[in-house]
Amino acid sequence: MTAEEIVLLAVFADIHANRQAFSACLDFARAHGAQRYICLGDYVGYGADPEWTVDTVMGLVDDGAMAVRGNHDNAIGTPSETMNAEAQAAIEWTRGRLNAAQRRFLAELPMTLQEDGRLYVHSEASHPTRWRYVESTADAARSLEATDADVTFCGHIHLPSLYSMSAAEKMTSFVPTSGVPVQLLGGRRWLAVLGSVGQPRDRNPAAAFAMLDTESREITYCRVPYDVETAAQRIRDNGLPLWLADRLTVGR
Amino acid sequence: MARTMNKTLIKTSLKPLVEPGAVIDGFTIEECVHRGGMATLWSVTWPDSDTPMLMKVPLVSEGEDPAAIVSFEMEQMILPRLSGPHVPACFGTGDFARQPYVVIERIPGKTLYQRLSELPVSYEEARALAGKIATALADLHTQNVIHHDVKPSSIMFRPSGEAVLIDFGLSHHNQLPDLLQEEFRLPYGTAPYMAPERLLGVRDDPRSDLFSLGVLLYFFTTGVRPFGESETLRGMRRRLWRDPHPPSKLRPGYPPWLQEVVLRCLEIEPVWRYPTASQLAFELGHPDQVKLTARSERLTRDPLATVLRRRFNWELTQPKPKADLAAQLASCPILAVALDTAEGSEELNEALRITAGRLLATLPSARLACLNVLKLARVTIDKTLDEQGNNKHIDRMVALKHWASPLKLDDNRLTVHVLEAVDPAAAILEFADVNHVDHIVIGARRSSLVRALLGSVSSKVAAEAACTVTVVRPPRLAPLPELAGTSKEPGEGRD
Repeated sequence: MTAEEIVLLAVFADIHANRQAFSACLDFARAHGAQRYICLGDYVGYGADPEWTVDTVMGLVDDGAMAVRGNHDNAIGTPSETMNAEAQAAIEWTRGRLNAAQRRFLAELPMTLQEDGRLYVHSEASHPTRWRYVESTADAARSLEATDADVTFCGHIHLPSLYSMSAAEKMTSFVPTSGVPVQLLGGRRWLAVLGSVGQPRDRNPAAAFAMLDTESREITYCRVPYDVETAAQRIRDNGLPLWLADRLTVGR
Repeated sequence: MARTMNKTLIKTSLKPLVEPGAVIDGFTIEECVHRGGMATLWSVTWPDSDTPMLMKVPLVSEGEDPAAIVSFEMEQMILPRLSGPHVPACFGTGDFARQPYVVIERIPGKTLYQRLSELPVSYEEARALAGKIATALADLHTQNVIHHDVKPSSIMFRPSGEAVLIDFGLSHHNQLPDLLQEEFRLPYGTAPYMAPERLLGVRDDPRSDLFSLGVLLYFFTTGVRPFGESETLRGMRRRLWRDPHPPSKLRPGYPPWLQEVVLRCLEIEPVWRYPTASQLAFELGHPDQVKLTARSERLTRDPLATVLRRRFNWELTQPKPKADLAAQLASCPILAVALDTAEGSEELNEALRITAGRLLATLPSARLACLNVLKLARVTIDKTLDEQGNNKHIDRMVALKHWASPLKLDDNRLTVHVLEAVDPAAAILEFADVNHVDHIVIGARRSSLVRALLGSVSSKVAAEAACTVTVVRPPRLAPLPELAGTSKEPGEGRD
């Protein structure tokens, strides 16, 4: 498939070793004609299926997907990465589960990737290794000022939102409605912050990802229901902190 | 940034000229029909299409007001998503990367602005105009859009009579980014028509459009704008605490029902206005049933103490959290319950009241229309029936009100209607259609004999209505022991 033929992208952020959620999103994306996958990092941490998740992402990359590194992926090979206690516990557990090839894959992922006027980054563009959250129009403006890409995709905060900057550098912010396409108007620059596949935190437990039609420039934020109970039970069965299971059912 | 600039430069050099004879994306430019402050309008044609079309091209050049750009972007996003008779159809858009334009259906005729020299118009004409505009707004709001620039020059009428709203450059779409929300420090819009909450930055309340329509209705019936023409922020802010002169002060003999409607639209707090444009349209469609409150009799403005209280009531000036437009509309439906007032309907009517009561209990802003159909013979040119028919009409109104009284609804939430028709189902369906009813509650009879006689009104209504229909049956009784030939199953009537 040549670059010109690829029209429909599916973009996933913060999968966090949630096999049930990621499978549901991949099925949904395939059923809706996704031709190319972009993964914005944090494949591991929190969830109970890191091996399957990393293998799946590696497989997608072999087939032409693009993937960047998240802070949890980074923490696997960099034990000094600072995290809260639950995240730390999950990372320690995950490290023991991954084989050398999987760990090397995570360690060698690039911090950012760019194609066709689009930038992919886990946290934000101004200083990708500082893992800053995009929480406001000011944060979004700082990220947009740091890149010449028309559209930036990021995740990290687990709350979906869409920012734009006009030619006069005025900012707008917006909480997207799932399933309603929004045209990324030319003449503006956009920062699409994605919700999380594997650990949504906007009080909606459904898995979150986004699709981009590169021809019409329309982005659609999607929500996919998945088997939350199984994902939560896997966390409990593996002795991970219980809150990591409970929070999946309420989406926070 | 450099990359974007570079791209823009290349694109600019290839930019097609908008001039007669030029072809842009297949549209052939003909003549310029209007030059406004923010955009120019050109008539255009499309191969093999007879539909008259206009291309709207924003004025963007060095030093232009950035509002022109943002307004154009909003129209570019919103127009292609709208449909129906109350908006111009959209045939294409182009963005700033090349040549910005939108191509829309050309609505024949002129805007309501042309009527300004004829003001005031008759009360009846104003009622009809406002009813059509409210219907158009209801349709727009259902499509998740608040217009935010309702004024005479934004309103046209199709030859078939429907109001058409044009100019969506200041509009808000509840499911799309609002590019105007954070772009400008000052509220953007047409000062005399702007709702008070807009001055506080609120852009997601559909009742702002009802305020603007109230200004228009006031202006069209008195010849005077209720808040003057002040364009200064200071002058505009007065409407946050100062109510307008009641129309009857300006025009003695002003109908109380119309003053009630106008002043309710112009309430400072959105919550005191009509909850939806549909409910306003309903009221304008039934002026004889407008519930008159103190508003209708007012001859002077609010006393100074009230004004001062509002002036320093900071709660009023606090921005409120973002509203979900669809949920807001869904909480204020128009319900219609169809009743039979004949002997023997008591049990069914009780069941209907229970169902209606449950619906109304969950929807404090819903309104209820009670319907009864006075069945006419197929041939009605019988003068003697006239007087008799009239009495029947009043009797049935009384019966409907009696049925509704245990529901204890405010008068402004309840109306009663006796429809005269040959075909009861068709009459109920037509009422629901004309009045934008959201939900019909109708009873189905148990007795197969009466069902056979009255026909299956409920099944026809349920099958053909454009809205939700709830079919209510009386409580289930234990089945009778079967006696040959005397009992039929419910539902076995002639359907």
